[in-house]
Amino acid sequence: MIVASKKPIEEVIDYIKDCNKVLIAGCNECVTVCEAGGKKEVGILASALRMYFMNKGKDVTIDEVTLERQCDREYLEEIKHMAPNYDAIVSLACGVGVQFMAEMYKDKPIFPGVNTSFMGANLERGMWGERCAGCGQCILAKTGAVCPVARCAKRLFNGPCGGSTKGKCEINPNVDCAWQLIIDRLKALGRLDDYDELMPVKDWSKDRAGGPRTVVREDLRI
Amino acid sequence: MSIQTELKTPSKLEKILKSGQLAVTSECGPPRGSDAEVIKKKAQMIKDYVDAINITDNQTSVTRLCSLASCIHLKLMGLEPILQMVVRDRNRIALQSDILGAASFDIYNILCLSGDHQSFGDNPTAQNVFDIDSMQLIQTVRLMRDEGKFLGGDNILRPPKMFVGAAANPFADPFEIRARRLAKKVKAGAEFIQTQCIYNVPRFKEWMKQVGDLGLLDKVFILAGVTPMKSVGMAKYMKNKVPGMDVPDEIIKRLSGVPKEKQAEEGIKICIETIQELKEVEGVRGFHIMAIEWEEKVPEIVKGAGLYPRPQV
Ligand code: SF4
Ligand code: SF4
Repeated sequence: MIVASKKPIEEVIDYIKDCNKVLIAGCNECVTVCEAGGKKEVGILASALRMYFMNKGKDVTIDEVTLERQCDREYLEEIKHMAPNYDAIVSLACGVGVQFMAEMYKDKPIFPGVNTSFMGANLERGMWGERCAGCGQCILAKTGAVCPVARCAKRLFNGPCGGSTKGKCEINPNVDCAWQLIIDRLKALGRLDDYDELMPVKDWSKDRAGGPRTVVREDLRI
Repeated sequence: MSIQTELKTPSKLEKILKSGQLAVTSECGPPRGSDAEVIKKKAQMIKDYVDAINITDNQTSVTRLCSLASCIHLKLMGLEPILQMVVRDRNRIALQSDILGAASFDIYNILCLSGDHQSFGDNPTAQNVFDIDSMQLIQTVRLMRDEGKFLGGDNILRPPKMFVGAAANPFADPFEIRARRLAKKVKAGAEFIQTQCIYNVPRFKEWMKQVGDLGLLDKVFILAGVTPMKSVGMAKYMKNKVPGMDVPDEIIKRLSGVPKEKQAEEGIKICIETIQELKEVEGVRGFHIMAIEWEEKVPEIVKGAGLYPRPQV
């Protein structure tokens, strides 16, 4: 899933300080799972904002809605009738949802309510870890299903670097060294010989480096 | 020993190594400013005691005068620079371009490195590049030199003539993979290796044994890295704060055992003894003396270790 975290409320207040009516829009997908932008977080943010403006003696209406998905036009249309009533919408969806909302409601200011971080998974209660950087050409088959692009601080294809210490990365003793994990996995699979193969220079044109990407599936197009 | 003797480049370091003599290299860090005199002065201090001088490339990710310009200053002094190049800050276009820039000044040695992560330096909020890794940089230089081609496949007019080196850290983890990783660097085209500073000699010997078992000792010239300790404080710092550094307690104990004003002297002594011991290790073909901001001590170490005078080639 896409992992995000709540923006500091001061930032959100700064976006909407000149508005009188604001809609806080959550998303039922990834940001709900990572507890950054689901119905619950929409409620918490809305209450905090109401309190803030009340204390300031400012009359601001803060309403709440949570959509099934914000990366889908069909669900975004559900607020078609409400959107015109607001000066701005704060979207608690990931960066995709914020932009898709703005594409649909062209004359409405849409502000982000979360910082979108990475594609990852829940590691333990209250903790998420990055797993994929969307490089566009997956090499996990060669690295024991541990991604050096997303998980090595230097995205080395032929690691580990000289800073790997007791299984941890040189940048931080709390971060696993991806190459230690790769080697452990290859060993467990009895495929350590794969390590001896030099990984070729990467084609980054399939990555962000190649410019904004679009996937076109001719078989699915009408 | 069947190590090849055919010269591939005009590098003095290559000549000395292939003549079977122990080589001595050292390194100088460029200044945090544009005064070339700083680097020239450092080089002047050590030039008669070493065969070639590494110039570090924004080491520990702290912004400094660039390695390439510093190497050019050394070259213009008639010295033999080793261009250190990290893949952290430049993509393959910039790396190849800088290699050509160095080659245009007839810089004959290069050391291919990953580089420390930028979080250690003065710009922790910087983006990093890591378009290719250090092994792929080794391959790139060899491709440019041996086949006269760019990574993109086009021909190079007047290809670079560089003796290609890499670093190895026998003390990083996982230990079991360290010799195999060296094998990969050799396969990629590394011709000489400068190791991380050696304080734990038994562990280095164990690594060298593995390197020997992989049949690498006659395929690559290994220069053992040493760094004299200035004080017990420095030893403790290196032990606890520098990732991938192995400083045994005995070193700390020995330095603590002498009064503060004698610690530097003791550090030099340890360094010389280490070199003496490493001379006996099969496959050690020279020494890389990294006297960090202490270049003036290099002559003393070289002489003390019986590595002076340097061969004329
Ligand atoms: S190799 Fe690329 S696609 Fe595969 S997990 Fe890593 S970043 Fe994602
Ligand atoms: S310590 Fe491991 S994860 Fe960290 S940069 Fe080095 S190889 Fe990558």
